Amino acid sequence: MTDKKTLFIDGKEVEFTDEPNLLEVIRKAGMNVPTFCYRPDLTTYGACRMCVVEIEGRGIQSSCTMPPEQGIKVHLNTEKTRRIRKTVLELLLANHDRNCLTCEKSGDCELQKYAEEYGINKIRYAEKDEYLPIDSSSPSIVRDPNKCILCGACVRACREFQGHSVLDFANRGSKTIVQPMNGRPLGQVDCVNCGQCVAVCPTGALTIKSQMDDVWKCITNPQMKVAAHIAPSVRVALGEMFGLEPGENSIGKINAALRRIGFDLVFDTNFGADLTIMEEATEFIERLKSGKNLPLFTSCCPAWVKYLEMMHPDMLKHLSSCKSPMSMQSPILADLIPKTFGITRENLTIVAVMPCTAKKYEALRPELSHNGRQDTDFVLTTKELGKMIKSAGIDFKSLEPEQADSPFGEYTGAGTIFGASGGVAEAAVRTAYEFATGEVLQNVDIKELRGTTNRCKDVEIDIKGTKVIVRVVSTLKEAEKSLKEIKSGKARFQLLEVMACPGGCINGGGQPSSFDNTKIKAERAKGLYKEDEQLSIRKSHMNPSIQKLYQEFLEYPNSHKAHELLHTAYVDRFKNSYKDI
Amino acid sequence: MDTTHKISTAKLDEILESYEYKKSNLIAILQKVQEEYRYLPEEALIYIGTKIEGLSPATVFGVATFYAQFSLEPKGKFEIKVCDGTACHVRGSMPVLNAIRNKLNIQEGQLTSDNGLFSLETVSCLGACGLAPVVVINGKVYPQMTSDAITIVLETLLKEEE
Repeated sequence: MTDKKTLFIDGKEVEFTDEPNLLEVIRKAGMNVPTFCYRPDLTTYGACRMCVVEIEGRGIQSSCTMPPEQGIKVHLNTEKTRRIRKTVLELLLANHDRNCLTCEKSGDCELQKYAEEYGINKIRYAEKDEYLPIDSSSPSIVRDPNKCILCGACVRACREFQGHSVLDFANRGSKTIVQPMNGRPLGQVDCVNCGQCVAVCPTGALTIKSQMDDVWKCITNPQMKVAAHIAPSVRVALGEMFGLEPGENSIGKINAALRRIGFDLVFDTNFGADLTIMEEATEFIERLKSGKNLPLFTSCCPAWVKYLEMMHPDMLKHLSSCKSPMSMQSPILADLIPKTFGITRENLTIVAVMPCTAKKYEALRPELSHNGRQDTDFVLTTKELGKMIKSAGIDFKSLEPEQADSPFGEYTGAGTIFGASGGVAEAAVRTAYEFATGEVLQNVDIKELRGTTNRCKDVEIDIKGTKVIVRVVSTLKEAEKSLKEIKSGKARFQLLEVMACPGGCINGGGQPSSFDNTKIKAERAKGLYKEDEQLSIRKSHMNPSIQKLYQEFLEYPNSHKAHELLHTAYVDRFKNSYKDI
Repeated sequence: MDTTHKISTAKLDEILESYEYKKSNLIAILQKVQEEYRYLPEEALIYIGTKIEGLSPATVFGVATFYAQFSLEPKGKFEIKVCDGTACHVRGSMPVLNAIRNKLNIQEGQLTSDNGLFSLETVSCLGACGLAPVVVINGKVYPQMTSDAITIVLETLLKEEE
C-alpha cells in the first residue's frame, strides 16, 4: 500500500499517521528528545529549543514545531543537536537559582534532570547577583521567579485551560518575566488556585505550597489525634510515585501507609461524596420541581466556585449550596469524633488528602470554620502525601492493603467516581432518579457522561417521562462558554457539572506529574470506574453508614441540621477586588 | 468606587466601544488611551483586560510593557526624543542628551521632569541619519543639534510656557 506514511528516525523506519508534530512521532516510536516547553495538551510554543533534531538536507529543526513528513531522515543525537542542547542548558543555568538542594522541585525537576543527563557539571557563567522576591502569598502556589526558564507552559495552561491568563509574560528581552498583573502577589489577584500552572512547570518556579511540616508536627505530638480522609482520585494516582501503574487503585495501601506514618484515624472522602449526593440530589429535585435557579451548578470544585464568585457573582444563585465532599466530611468528623473517642476538638487534627491545590484555599474559607477553627485543618496534595510516605521510610509497594476506619470510611461506587469529570453528575443522577421516582434504577452506568478527552458533554436523562439534560464540562474555559449560553437564554441543560482541571480531579494540580503523557488521565479515570463496578453498592443513598448518619444525626437531606453542617453560602469576590474599577 | 482613581471609565468605554472591544485592536486601544492620559495608567490596563473578551489584566500589561512606545509613567507636556542610533551617536547625540538633562534637571533613569513639563527618552533610530544628531519634540524634528542649539530650543519652549 502506498498510503502508508513513514519516516526514518536514526535509520529506523517509523510509521506515522496524524501526529501533530515530529516529537510525537519520535515518542510513539519509543524514543525521546528533551523538552521544557512542549506539553501535548497545550498549544505548541517552540521556545526552549531542547527538542532539536537534525534532518538530512534540512539541518536543525525543533521537533515540536515540525510536522512529520514522508521519507525525511531524522537524527536525534548528532554532534550538533547535543551541542545545542548543552548550550541551551548552560544558558538556562546561567540565569537560574542554583540552590537545587533546598528546592521544592528537587528530584522532580526537568532542568535538573537534563543537566545531569547531559553531564553539565560546571556552569561557565557567573551566578547572577540579584534575586527577585519569592511570592508565597497564595495558600496553594509558591512562585519563585528566580527559577523560571520562560518556557511559557504556565501561561498557556492558565489561558488555554481556564481562559483566565492570571499569569503572563511582561517586559522584553533580558527583563522578561512571567507574573500576575504588574507583579501583584498571586494571593491578591484572581487566581483560582487550580494549580495547573504548577502541574506543567518544568522547574521549581511554580510549586505547591506545602503543609507537610504542619502535619508532621501534629503527628509527632502525642497529645494530638490526627484523622485523615482521602479524596477519590488520590487512590488511582499516588501509586505512580512508587512505580505502580497509573490508574491502579491503591486505597488499601494508602490506608496502611497513613497508619504507618502515624495517623490515628483513616477515613475516606468518598463518604463525604456520598453525603454530597444526598444533599445535592435532593436540592436538584427541589429546583426541578420549583423551576427556580436552573440550571443547578455543582459546587465540589473550589476553583470553579471561586471563579464564579469573581467573574460572575450575578450567577451565584445557580450554584448548589452544598459544600464539597471535603468540607462536608470534615465538620462531621469534627463534630462526631470527639464525642465517640472522648477527646476535645482541640486535640483533634483533621487532614484532607486531595488531588488539588485549590482545596488548600477552600479549607481557609471562613464559612468552613466552626468556633474560629477550620473544619479541615490541613490539606495535603497527593504529591505531598507521597513525599511523606517516602520520608517515613515506608516501602509503599509491599504494604498489605488495609480497610479504612468505620463509619466514615465506607463508601459507594457513586462516591468513587467523583474523581473523574462527569462522575458527580452520574452519581447525582443515580440518586436523584430514585429519590424522584421512588423506583429502583436498574442500569446505573451512564457511560455518555464519562471520558477525559471531550471537555463538554450533554446527556439527556429520562427520569420517568421527565427529560433532563445534564451537561458536564471540565476546564473553566469550557465552563465560561456554558455560562454565556445561559446568559443568552440558549442553554437547554438543567444540571451543570464543572471541574476546573481538564478531565476532572484525576488530573488535579496536586497529582503526580503527568503532563507528558495524555493517556495517564484516562488510565486514572478507568481505575475509578473499575472500583465503582467492583463495589456492591453503587448509589450514595444506599450507603448504610450514610443512612445511619441521617437516622441518628442529620434526620433527612436538607434538614436544619444538614443545612448547618453541610451547606454554605457564597460571596461576590469581584467587588473590592483589584479589578473593581 | 474609589474616587482616587485617576481614570475615567466612561472615557475608556468610549475608546473600547470605538474599537468594538476587540482583542485584535488592543495596540490601537492602548495608543488611544496613552494619547488621552499621556501614559498608560495601571487602572486603565486592568479595566481593558477585564472588559475585552479573551484578555486579562496580566496579558494587557504584558503587551504594554513589551513595546517601547508605551509608557507606564506619566509623560511630560513636551515629549523629547533624542535619537541615539549609530549615526546620531557618532555625531554627538550624547552631549546633546546631557545638555537637555542639565537644562531641565532630569536625572539619568528619570522619565519626566519634576514639574511634569518635559519627558526625555532616547530612541534607537528615527531614520533621519542625514540630519544627525536629531531630536524630536512633540513630533517636530530638530536636525543637526548641538548642546548650544538644543539649549536655545528648550529656552524658547520654556519662555512660551511662561
